[in-house]
Amino acid sequence: MQKSHLELSQLGISFPTPKGPFVALQNVNLEIGKGEFISLIGHSGCGKSTVLNLVAGLLQASTGGVILNQKEVNAPGPERAVVFQNHSLLPWLSVYQNVELAVKQVFRGQKNKQEMRDWIEHNLALVQMSHARDKRPAEISGGMKQRVGIARALAMQPQVLLMDEPFGALDALTRAHLQDSLMDIQAQLNNTVIMITHDVDEAVLLSDRIVMMTNGPAATIGEILQIELPRPRNRIALADCATYNHYRHEVLSFLYEKQRKVEVLAKAEPLKAAVNTAEALAAKEKRA
Amino acid sequence: MTAIPSQWSRVRRYLPGQPQLTNWLKQSLLSAAGILVFVLLWQLLASQINTSLGSFPGPVQVAQQWSGLVAEHKAEKARQAAFFQRQQERNAATLAANPDAVVTLRPYNGRPTFFSQIFTSLYTVLTGFILASLLAIPAGIVIGLSPKLYSAFNPLIQLFKPVSPLAWLPLVTILVSALYQSEQPLFARSFLVSVFTVTLCSLWPTLLNTIVGVSNISPDLQNVSRVLQLNWFTHVRRIVLPSAVPMIFTGLRLSLGIAWMVLIAAEMLAQNPGLGKFVWDEFQNGSSDSLSRICVAVLVIGLIGYALDRLMLQLQQRVNWDKSATLR
Repeated sequence: MQKSHLELSQLGISFPTPKGPFVALQNVNLEIGKGEFISLIGHSGCGKSTVLNLVAGLLQASTGGVILNQKEVNAPGPERAVVFQNHSLLPWLSVYQNVELAVKQVFRGQKNKQEMRDWIEHNLALVQMSHARDKRPAEISGGMKQRVGIARALAMQPQVLLMDEPFGALDALTRAHLQDSLMDIQAQLNNTVIMITHDVDEAVLLSDRIVMMTNGPAATIGEILQIELPRPRNRIALADCATYNHYRHEVLSFLYEKQRKVEVLAKAEPLKAAVNTAEALAAKEKRA
Repeated sequence: MTAIPSQWSRVRRYLPGQPQLTNWLKQSLLSAAGILVFVLLWQLLASQINTSLGSFPGPVQVAQQWSGLVAEHKAEKARQAAFFQRQQERNAATLAANPDAVVTLRPYNGRPTFFSQIFTSLYTVLTGFILASLLAIPAGIVIGLSPKLYSAFNPLIQLFKPVSPLAWLPLVTILVSALYQSEQPLFARSFLVSVFTVTLCSLWPTLLNTIVGVSNISPDLQNVSRVLQLNWFTHVRRIVLPSAVPMIFTGLRLSLGIAWMVLIAAEMLAQNPGLGKFVWDEFQNGSSDSLSRICVAVLVIGLIGYALDRLMLQLQQRVNWDKSATLR
């Protein structure tokens, strides 16, 4: 495993506020190898999405930087494809056309029409969405939309796949299906993945390493947990596996003992708590 | 006899289905009742009002004037046909006598009839509306995409939006006569004045709605565009325009409604030979039929305005990607 395929170095960001700069994130250092599956986990508002957006280039770091293959990146690009939380498919394009938009953009001049068509079909087949190729996003379920979102990202043949709570808005059964699909795809393609999640089981099941973030402001990496479970992983077999449960316990104890958040903050910082509530409401609305 | 059922099934397809049929029937009956009440009230009240041109016309007189206008139009058409017929016969005779003779076909300079005036009005309003849309949609996209441009232009838009067509008209008239001087004008000045006034008054709703539609694109879709590194043109074509289409069409429908209202006023003052001029001429004419004829014009103006709105709605339904959206 080649180290430092992707490197986050001294990464930090602060936002200007009337009371001076608000340091959201500081001193994030992480080296990610090629083909590694990383989960970012932490309480809401701890800056997980900020990390992802910095890697994607959608936000600009105030300090430090992101280095991909020895080159600093600070603008968005298709080699760091993003799977958005709420799918972000273009509602006026069919499933096929949504993937086509990405493929045409990335492979213009490299693939001819037939090759592009085959590549789009291939990626739709990978996420098992070939049957709905001509449907509009409004005509398919939430899980299907997320599959298409993943197909669109994979079709860009990215060096890094960034997933922002990709299954957060889905029901538990659909989520399990998609996690299994994602593991299959990952076994085939061996992508480098950074995934944000709230779900401890999801993190342990999918990841090679779990990066646990401390609470903001000035959030940073608290602990990193190496998950050494053999692949392919089976959720039913793992349910009784002592190692698996040990990893779960580690993450849970980080989140709910070392980084207990809500009660403490509610007393000390009512404003921040209000922000959290608003965020939670917004997230709920998004889901609805 | 076998042809009848198949004909009927063909017709039946365009009629509402059984469950909706009663509903549809109810709606139609209510509409008919509303119109009937209006006509009765009109008849009752009209005879009570005495004007300098006799009593105010009721529905019957107006209907009579309508058939009068239709007859006039037919007579004029017949005269025109006869005029060309005479010319052609004369030319044929000249050519028979001398094959080298140069013959011309003189244009017919008859009086415009009510129906040719309707046509002129439609032609004028559509020209003005299309011109307004061609200005407003691109401008709206450019302004909507840039908050700076929006801040710069918003005061101007708010300033000019409420200006009445009657205030624009003298300025437009002077400007057209100053700037459009041609030996053989392609367009009549009255036509240009009407068109530009319509454009000036009707571009604002499209402009504002396009700006709002473009500036409210979901940030997620904007991020998709950034990750894909779409260039400006592709971004506009694939992301901005489709997401703004519903708002743009709302603006276009408002604009077309305003354009049609403004046109009548503009034609009255600019003397463009359309419905506005018809109304004005009848008002100046002051014969006993004039009021009835103006009433015919009012009803026709209303009907055409309604038809234009329905046409835009059809177009909107065809173009809009969101087929679940209810349009009314």
